[in-house]
Amino acid sequence: MTSLWPRIEPLLAHVTKPARYIGGELGACEPEHGAGRVAWLLLYPDTYEIGLPNQGLQILYEILNERADAVAERSYAPWTDMEAAMRAAGVPLFSVESSRPAADFDVLAFNLSAELTYTNLVNLIDLAGVPVRAAERTAADPLVIAGGHCAFNPEPMADFVDAFVLGDGEEAVGDVTEVVRRWQSQEARPPSQQDRDDLLVALAKVPGVYVPSCYEPAYRDGRLTGVSPRVAGVPATVEKRTITDLGAWPYPKQQLVPLIEVVHDRLNVEVFRGCTRGCRFCQAGMITRPVRERPAAQVQHMVRDGLDRTGYDEVTLTSLSSADFSGIEDTVSSIINDPECSGQVSVSLPSLRVDAFTVGLAAEIQKVRRTGLTFAPEGGTWRMRQVINKLIREEDLYSAVDSAFSQGWRRVKLYFLIGLPTETDEDVLGIAALARSCVEIGRRYHPNVTVTASVGGFVPKPHTPFQWFGQNTMEELRRKVNLLKDAARGTRGLTLRWHDPEATAVEGLVSRGDRRMGAVIESVWRAGGTFQEWTEHFDLRLWNDALAAAGLTFDDAVYRHRAEDEVLPWDHISAGLHRDFLWQDWQEALAEHGLEDCRWTPCYDCGACTGLGVEHVVASATAPAGGSQGTGQDLDSGGTVPVRFLSTRAPVLAGEPVG
Amino acid sequence: MRIRIRFAKRGRVRWTSHRDVARMWERALRRARLPLAYTEGFSPRPKLSFGLALPTGCESEAEYLDVALSDTVDPADLTDTFSSLLPDGVDVLAAQALPAGAGSLQEDVTSCRWEIDVPQMGPDALAEVIGRVLHAETLPVTRERKGRPVTDDMRPSVLALSSRPSGTGAELVAELGTRPRGVRPAELAQVMGIELGLARRTNQWIERDGSRGEPLATPAAHAAVMERAS
Repeated sequence: MTSLWPRIEPLLAHVTKPARYIGGELGACEPEHGAGRVAWLLLYPDTYEIGLPNQGLQILYEILNERADAVAERSYAPWTDMEAAMRAAGVPLFSVESSRPAADFDVLAFNLSAELTYTNLVNLIDLAGVPVRAAERTAADPLVIAGGHCAFNPEPMADFVDAFVLGDGEEAVGDVTEVVRRWQSQEARPPSQQDRDDLLVALAKVPGVYVPSCYEPAYRDGRLTGVSPRVAGVPATVEKRTITDLGAWPYPKQQLVPLIEVVHDRLNVEVFRGCTRGCRFCQAGMITRPVRERPAAQVQHMVRDGLDRTGYDEVTLTSLSSADFSGIEDTVSSIINDPECSGQVSVSLPSLRVDAFTVGLAAEIQKVRRTGLTFAPEGGTWRMRQVINKLIREEDLYSAVDSAFSQGWRRVKLYFLIGLPTETDEDVLGIAALARSCVEIGRRYHPNVTVTASVGGFVPKPHTPFQWFGQNTMEELRRKVNLLKDAARGTRGLTLRWHDPEATAVEGLVSRGDRRMGAVIESVWRAGGTFQEWTEHFDLRLWNDALAAAGLTFDDAVYRHRAEDEVLPWDHISAGLHRDFLWQDWQEALAEHGLEDCRWTPCYDCGACTGLGVEHVVASATAPAGGSQGTGQDLDSGGTVPVRFLSTRAPVLAGEPVG
Repeated sequence: MRIRIRFAKRGRVRWTSHRDVARMWERALRRARLPLAYTEGFSPRPKLSFGLALPTGCESEAEYLDVALSDTVDPADLTDTFSSLLPDGVDVLAAQALPAGAGSLQEDVTSCRWEIDVPQMGPDALAEVIGRVLHAETLPVTRERKGRPVTDDMRPSVLALSSRPSGTGAELVAELGTRPRGVRPAELAQVMGIELGLARRTNQWIERDGSRGEPLATPAAHAAVMERAS
């Protein structure tokens, strides 16, 4: 096999950040290709700096390379200057480890984390020299696979991807490897087109794998009426994969340490997967249920070992809400009191909960390199926060902010969404009011505090209670941003940041699109629309033109409310959640009713635990200390809680059923 | 105590930047569990100082780093330790304790020696270009700085140029001064009007009172000097 390196290196002198293309990370494998090994190229459809830290890809990278029947390398989207140089020199997409051409791999496996990277994915397939449309690939071409959160609505990418893997990939990659290897070891070589179709059908029978070519969408009067199997033996509904015991998968064991600076450039240790806070806008919280904690001892081991191995001086305990980890205080104190770390290691928790307890924890762990604290109240008024089920009371926020400023922080960042269901101008202006009050609190401690209110436009996502909601138009979002700009003007110390409403509209377009969106994505790509998540490259005109050519509109695809009985493009994909649970929760939202965290209260039967035969795995039957925990929950008596305890590994009932 | 380390940067890793190399060193020093001295304040950093930045894409046999320690260590033990903790291509050549009051690399180094590939050009043709450049009164280079064009004269920093044959054409050997400002190989290519290939920094020199020395010689170079002296 030939390395493309001699043809790549001459290009590097003329591009920005050439080290994006050289590999050499600590923890990178030295790939051993050969017969009997399925060769995976793991790809992230954005730049190296964004893609390298992706934990999902790093986990799969290690699991595949540990297998005797697989080998995995990595690749990322070359920046526009490098892509132009590669195309001019006839150099195809290559892996960073051995500079091997992408088309020489058996599987091109993409992580799908953001809708605006979809055109990059198409571009990378093309740069690999592989036909971009799945239907045009031959048995000599690699399989194109995609996984990640966006795979839960696979339809917009169905034209380009041979197979989607839904949910946790730890076990599924092994199953896919075995199917491909069995297929490769068949006697008929080279394989025929029929053989490739057979492979796709075999993959479609693997649990958690969705093969679009095995399913046919039907439309009536311009509306989708269903997506159903067109070959025998494949499931009508594809259920996601779920690993029940996170402790059995202590990955990554060898987190990659890149030679250049990347985002999240520190040790990352996942403390639990899943979240049951039940924030209704949050797709991640809905599709990753139930909660599965990693044993605290394993977390501590992974932290200690990881710091030793990498030389990082910062560790992030990752999850969707790390302060909720049962072992959080012990874990944190074990890290900061470790004599080996001698006070030079800082610990950070992403997505802090809004309460004083969390700030106290943060104060303890950020003794060094204290920068700013971030809270996410998301909604500007209590009414709004009940609708979205982010039950943070104003006093929770103020006491958290007070405690942050009183303990020496000077910068606080607040995350908000606008364009939420039932939102009024009063709710929008509430954002400015909250932020102004936070500045005032800070001034009591220091004259020069800054509060940044970061405002994103809400995009309704599949498999959430808000999946039926008609997204705000870009004009409406722009009007709301202007309201906020006016309201924030003149307050010293208050900075307002907002997301581009045009990009929000396009994200909405792709997020809930059906299979017809594929033509739109393809024409945007053909018109040169890559790196659409980068402000300097985003181009609404390309999307407008492509929509018009496909006979689709923003009005119908994005801004329209969906009816209860409307077929949704992802109805044949299951994240374990009952559709009626989501609809019921949508009705509760409209009625401004909050819902408590089901880890420590009775089950709402969302379907995630019961349907998958798994339970929440937590170390404690009670919510962690700290009052309301920012959820409005003051737990007095528990109901029947289907939690499984880490220590006993047996279901424990914590009380009598309620309701 | 302070220790000075000399290291090489070779092969693929040459595509990393000066800042990237600084970060690699920070991680390697922590992994080596050296008693690093840290800066004070909310954002403590290990006290490291690097010499002249090496342009991205260049190789070097003469990169330097001074490290402040809160305790004493034997520098002789460090060479092998570091090479295993650093990425492929970053190799430690020598390490030595610095005497108290030693000057900073940035201020002391007066010139650098470079060996630069000149592909597709014979040594004689290169010698002609060199003659023309060395006879020029001024060698202006214009670059953009804060959105405005700024012109500097490179001539005072071009100390010596020579040509020699190499496998693929010719090799340019250049002695480039650091004052009033350093000359990068790319700027040299510009004033010479030719295309230059891979550039390798072979030495950084400190000239003081008429004699010339390196911030830290490699053991091999040191041995050679001793041999000549005997």
